[in-house]
Amino acid sequence: MAETETDKGMTAADLEDLAGLVAEALGDAVWDVKVVHGQLQMCAHKEKILDVLRHLRDDQSCRFVCFTDICGVDWPQRKARFEVVYHLLSPYINARVRVKVPVAEDEAVPSCVELFPGAAWFEREAYDMYGIFFDGHPDLRRILTDYGFSGHPLRKDFPLTGFVEVRYDEDAKRVIYEPVQLQQAWREFDNLSPWKGEPAVLPGDEKADDNG
Amino acid sequence: MADTDVEVRNFTINLGPQHPAAHGVLRLVLELDGEVVERADPHIGLLHRGTEKLIETKSYHQAVPYFDRLDYVAPMNQEHAFVLAAERLLGIEVPYRAQLIRVLYSEIGRILNHLLNVTTQAMDVGALTPPLWGFEEREKLMVFYERASGARLHAAYFRIGGVHQDLPPDLIDDIGAFCETHPRVLADIEGLLTDNRIFKQRNVGIARFTTEEAFAHGFSGVMLRSTGVPWDLRRAQPYECYDEMDFKIPVGRHGDNYDRYVLRMDEMYQSVHIMKQCIEKLSSAKGAGPVMVDDPRVAHPHRAEMKRSMEALIAHFKLITEGVRVPEGEIYAAVEAPKGEFGVYLVSDGTNRPYRCKIRAPGFPHLGAMEFLTKGHMLADIPSVIGSIDIVFGEIDR
Repeated sequence: MAETETDKGMTAADLEDLAGLVAEALGDAVWDVKVVHGQLQMCAHKEKILDVLRHLRDDQSCRFVCFTDICGVDWPQRKARFEVVYHLLSPYINARVRVKVPVAEDEAVPSCVELFPGAAWFEREAYDMYGIFFDGHPDLRRILTDYGFSGHPLRKDFPLTGFVEVRYDEDAKRVIYEPVQLQQAWREFDNLSPWKGEPAVLPGDEKADDNG
Repeated sequence: MADTDVEVRNFTINLGPQHPAAHGVLRLVLELDGEVVERADPHIGLLHRGTEKLIETKSYHQAVPYFDRLDYVAPMNQEHAFVLAAERLLGIEVPYRAQLIRVLYSEIGRILNHLLNVTTQAMDVGALTPPLWGFEEREKLMVFYERASGARLHAAYFRIGGVHQDLPPDLIDDIGAFCETHPRVLADIEGLLTDNRIFKQRNVGIARFTTEEAFAHGFSGVMLRSTGVPWDLRRAQPYECYDEMDFKIPVGRHGDNYDRYVLRMDEMYQSVHIMKQCIEKLSSAKGAGPVMVDDPRVAHPHRAEMKRSMEALIAHFKLITEGVRVPEGEIYAAVEAPKGEFGVYLVSDGTNRPYRCKIRAPGFPHLGAMEFLTKGHMLADIPSVIGSIDIVFGEIDR
């Protein structure tokens, strides 16, 4: 491994070449193959995701053998609400790849646990946080939230405060769950340009454009 | 016939969440066949604070302190990944002196982490002295944290565009003095452990795996290097000024607990070596200069300027209220944190808040492979494995 390792990672031109190779080999399973901030990125159809990942892992020009991350992203305005984002690393060519899979709320993504055993917990987390289902996952339980939790906290429509709070009840002698009670109304600070108004047009500005 | 037809039932025990060897709040459900582990099911999330959700509702500057609270053993290394991600989206090049300070404090973080891990892992297998010696050194390092940032643990020192403040000159001298004395303490700890018969009996050959298995499980850092792969992001994908630092990447051969202990000790010597180089460069003419990039999008104007210039006052107000606006885009930035690859996947929609900030903690896949690591081992090996994979629940539960 040491001898195939480059010190600086792949050059931009190498990555562009790789993007071309991958796009050609995978055909219509992927689209939008490009290099963003020095990382290979593509979108894939969820039906083909296992083929895409297997190709990226096993193809000699890629060898993205090192599993890095799976996470969900919520885009409520989109038709396919969620995006499952896979990150893989190739220590052989020293490059990273990101595969994005759009998936609707009522759809399931094939689980990639058989390709990368390390994905099991990451898929559980995406399920827990967003409610994305992974088809064929051996053990799709919640992972980070409380036992008996309901809802998927990282969805954009889940309130930051949550729905229930816990406290120790002296009478019941146990921890009890209650609906959240805010002592003060929730304040949403929108600090994006608080004074932004219409663009100011000063007399004489039009002359500047005329000259140019 | 009836005598031999006894039903043998596996024994299920519950380890934690309040157990000294669980390194925090790990609840481990173990299925045992006699003393041999058949199934290990870690239940995590007892320290889940919704960090990612909180970050989505706050500005970029307000997100930095959350990273201190992830792996609280080496706080600045986490901040580093986040500010790198934001800086790459903004297209900012950090001044050289700030890079040196970041590298210096990242290496301090690495020693902080390895000292805690090595010595407490030794305590898990029965040695009491190493933690006492190690924590004395950690205390000195935390004082360096405090003198730079004002806080021993939750520093919030790395900022988008540089670091918060310059280091006082006597602090740099004191860190230099520490670098001279620290290797001797490391040698003392090594003297207690490296050839210790009990320590070896508890660690050699435990939780072994191969390089291929490590890749497939998403292992990184010392876990990966213990199988013999010289993969270190500081060398492979250098960030800041790591490419001009001279250091070695220790690798193991067997991929077992003992190799990981040896690697962590060696990495501390290498960290001291890097720190010395940083100090030398910080004291040189090239290392002088600002510690914050001169970019009005992220850097506050100088206080004196704000007293005279209306524009500076407005810029300051905008930065404080609105915060940094990061251009639309997405990026995955990773650093070689002491525990492995700590990554931040940042999606920006062009506003002053991150749209999505996924934190890829190195301990998460490591603990996720607990069953793979411990299956077939004895119950008594569990604490030694938990210690060796180096988990901190701040970052795993997030």
